Amino acid sequence: MPTVTITVNGKAVTREVEARTLLVQFLREHLSLTGTHVGCDTSQCGACVVHVDGQAIKSCTTLAVQADGSAVTTIEGLADGQTLHPMQEAFREHHGLQCGFCTPGMIMTAVDFAKNNKNPTEAEIRQALEGNICRCTGYHNIVKAVAAGTAAMNG
Amino acid sequence: MTAHTGIGAAVRRKEDFRFITGAGRYTDDINRPGQAHAYFLRSPHAFARIKKLDTAAAAKMPGVVAVLTGADVQADKVGGLICGWVLKGKSGEPHKAPPHPVIALDHVRHVGDQVAVVIADTLAQARDAAEAIVVEYEPLTPVIDLRRALEADAPQVHPEAPGNLCYDWEIGTPKSEVDATFAAAAHRVSLDLVNNRLVPNPMEPRAAVGEYDRGTDELVCYSTSQNPHVLRLILCAFILGIPEHKLRVIAPDVGGGFGSKIFCYAEETVCVWAARKLGRPVKWTSDRSEAFMTDAHGRDHITKAELAMDANGKFLAMRVDTIANMGAYLSTFATAVPTYLYGLLLAGQYTTPQVHCNVRAVFTNTTAVDAYRGAGRPEATYVVERLVEAAARHLKVDPAELRKRNFVPPDAFPYQTPVVVAYDSGNYANTLDEALKLADYAGFPARKAEAAARGKKRGIGFSAYIEACGLAPSAVVGSIGAGVGQWESAQIRFNATGSVFVNTGSHSHGQGHETTFAQIVSDRLGVPIDQVEVVHGDTNRVPMGMGTYGSRSLAVGGSAIMKACDKIIEKGKKIAAHLMEASVDDLEYEHGIYKVAGTDKSVPMAQVAFTAYVPFNYPPGLEPGLEESAFYDPSNFTYPSGVHIAEVEIDPDTGITTIANWTAVDDFGNVVNPMIVEGQVHGGIAQGVGQALLEGAVYDKDSGQLLTGSFMDYCMPRADDLPSFNVGMTHTPCPHNPLGVKGCGEAGAIASPAALMNAITDAIGTEIQMPATPEKVWRAIQANSSAQAA
Ligand code: FES
Ligand code: FES
Repeated sequence: MPTVTITVNGKAVTREVEARTLLVQFLREHLSLTGTHVGCDTSQCGACVVHVDGQAIKSCTTLAVQADGSAVTTIEGLADGQTLHPMQEAFREHHGLQCGFCTPGMIMTAVDFAKNNKNPTEAEIRQALEGNICRCTGYHNIVKAVAAGTAAMNG
Repeated sequence: MTAHTGIGAAVRRKEDFRFITGAGRYTDDINRPGQAHAYFLRSPHAFARIKKLDTAAAAKMPGVVAVLTGADVQADKVGGLICGWVLKGKSGEPHKAPPHPVIALDHVRHVGDQVAVVIADTLAQARDAAEAIVVEYEPLTPVIDLRRALEADAPQVHPEAPGNLCYDWEIGTPKSEVDATFAAAAHRVSLDLVNNRLVPNPMEPRAAVGEYDRGTDELVCYSTSQNPHVLRLILCAFILGIPEHKLRVIAPDVGGGFGSKIFCYAEETVCVWAARKLGRPVKWTSDRSEAFMTDAHGRDHITKAELAMDANGKFLAMRVDTIANMGAYLSTFATAVPTYLYGLLLAGQYTTPQVHCNVRAVFTNTTAVDAYRGAGRPEATYVVERLVEAAARHLKVDPAELRKRNFVPPDAFPYQTPVVVAYDSGNYANTLDEALKLADYAGFPARKAEAAARGKKRGIGFSAYIEACGLAPSAVVGSIGAGVGQWESAQIRFNATGSVFVNTGSHSHGQGHETTFAQIVSDRLGVPIDQVEVVHGDTNRVPMGMGTYGSRSLAVGGSAIMKACDKIIEKGKKIAAHLMEASVDDLEYEHGIYKVAGTDKSVPMAQVAFTAYVPFNYPPGLEPGLEESAFYDPSNFTYPSGVHIAEVEIDPDTGITTIANWTAVDDFGNVVNPMIVEGQVHGGIAQGVGQALLEGAVYDKDSGQLLTGSFMDYCMPRADDLPSFNVGMTHTPCPHNPLGVKGCGEAGAIASPAALMNAITDAIGTEIQMPATPEKVWRAIQANSSAQAA
């Protein structure tokens, strides 16, 4: 079995994995980081989004071996202790979540988007969230949260 | 004192911290020591006889613990899945209830039906072993189409249900009277409507973990359930035959339900059964493809709907004939959805004196259909509101004006409809006026002209819906076939230092009960909101309750909490009076403070609680402790209502519909947390827009294959399909529950499909069926213009 070394939320971990292990399985099953979710089997829903070397990717469509040597940030690694990341704070303040299942993926997508889009329009935000499905919120408050979080991150 | 966190305040949610930090705990996040994984082998055929099933090779595969089949289920005397609502048809006969085996025995009846289950050390091993199971099928011709199911020569899904008929049911004014009114009416309109089949698709797929403790003979079932006690009751009393005190059902964080997680399914049954049989925890998590095939679907009606009017457009009678799809098996509450949750709402917001509704429910070789957000009420609203707008076009009367002519007037409540129910309160014209203002209805002609100048077709559509929430009262619901009561429970338990547990029998899977219920208790008992812990979803921690469905949690569960608060206040009064050496009769109480009237003496609730647990200076004869339970059984449904107005713009070259404006004004009675209520409205609208524009479960009508079996083929609403919404509210309190609340969870999904389809019809001048895909809209526009050219 291949061995992978991945820096997850700032800590290097080395594990033996079956070659077919997906990054999301590696995170959830090998490291018990269950904040990253699985909502589909066709790479459509975005519940599984994490950052690999700073970029938002779908961890259900990435093999753990592909992330070998990379730095991965998951939703668990976003807050600084009890101090929330501005995007997390924005989701709470604007009621950008209901059941919370899509939320980790939404927030990870939004953080990456905000880094590259300092002053987005509503239409740009909606387009950026195209790969993340939420069944609860109708997106209205997620869009507000992403706008506020983006402003806070770039303010 | 609790103005900023009490009833009516937009308190930020207590539960959010864990969800935004990835610390939520959903069923699939739970792993038990030594657990094995279940993988279900499912039927690739819509209808087939199982000629041979050989599991020997699979059983020898690496890591396999067991391969279990329908025969094993039978041998262990595990019962079948049940439908918990006995529906009596026109003839007085109960509905046809064919067996619903947990794992198929001799026949499979829809694509995805369980054929066998492999339990192995890892999921990958279970999946690999399932490939080694040998099944020989004799494919049979399936029946997929609703109308086809009722034809004399149609294939028969179950021998127990001749003609594929589950029941033939009617309600309302006698048919002959309605027919006579129609014959004599000045105006009649008629529509053929399809209410498309939907897949609920909560983002968290269903999952279950079963665990057995040999020492205590106790079983635990972690499950993605909306109603853990109902699941426990069904599993224990009807399927597994184990005493209720030996099964603990825990529904931890649940990632959305929308109805599909009310029901008792085969998979959790197998996890519990197999955990005991094998002596190992057994875990199953649905993947999305399985969810498409096995979660109960929603809607799926075809209807002929007619409205008769007098010369002034006064509604005289409605006649509705519906065929409803049950799928291949009856899900837990399937029979009630297209009947009592549908026919009873067909009067809408109007004074239509006569309504007759006939429903035939049929079996087909498709996934079971049951309650999905709104459950029957969206279908009813769709019928009523499409008809009303067709009537307005027919009469050439403004649709808002026609509605006002026919609304139940505000002084007519309680209002008895011709379809059993009596509406509690409402002010429909007022809500419509608010919506007209918010939507700038007066400015619509100018916007339409401006769009036309750009070559776009702009349309506007209304939906004035009525909803019935919180099925009740139990005795009445029982008399029409329900298998469970419809009350809710609450328990308030003070700790000595003043913090509080609120144990509720309802369940939160996105609704924010941990916040709203805490607001109620904080407001009533004067306990700071961060000292209130709402506990739900664990049958060993909360009293028996009915769970969450039908927008009932606040109206019924919240009312139970209010009752429990009252009991606490009453008991506390005795303690406070003793502490202040006053008479109980002289005490006043407000927001957690007891006062002796006309003095400055007062005692806060926290001191009362402490005294109750450290009863050194205590009223003689009074029991120590401060803990009260309450059960609340409402005297009626609640009837939220509202008006949604959709404004669309259609590109005639592509058929693409863009939602230009969405206005919703809802009357939910009193509101505990407006932020959460608005969020519920947003989410509901999105699901309704999904139904009207994007979603639809499609089966191949010959093979019965589910063509829309993934998010690649089934179009879920995404952020860029939707606009932001204008949400307003009016407040006519519910007169019969202590909070004056009506329920808000389903309103958006109930109102929105009709509003959107009415807007599209207004824009293109043709009736089309949902979902209004660009292709359908484009074809309708083309057909229109060639008709005009001819
Ligand atoms: S789990 Fe759905 S996109 Fe990754
Ligand atoms: S909050 Fe439930 S899926 Fe987005």
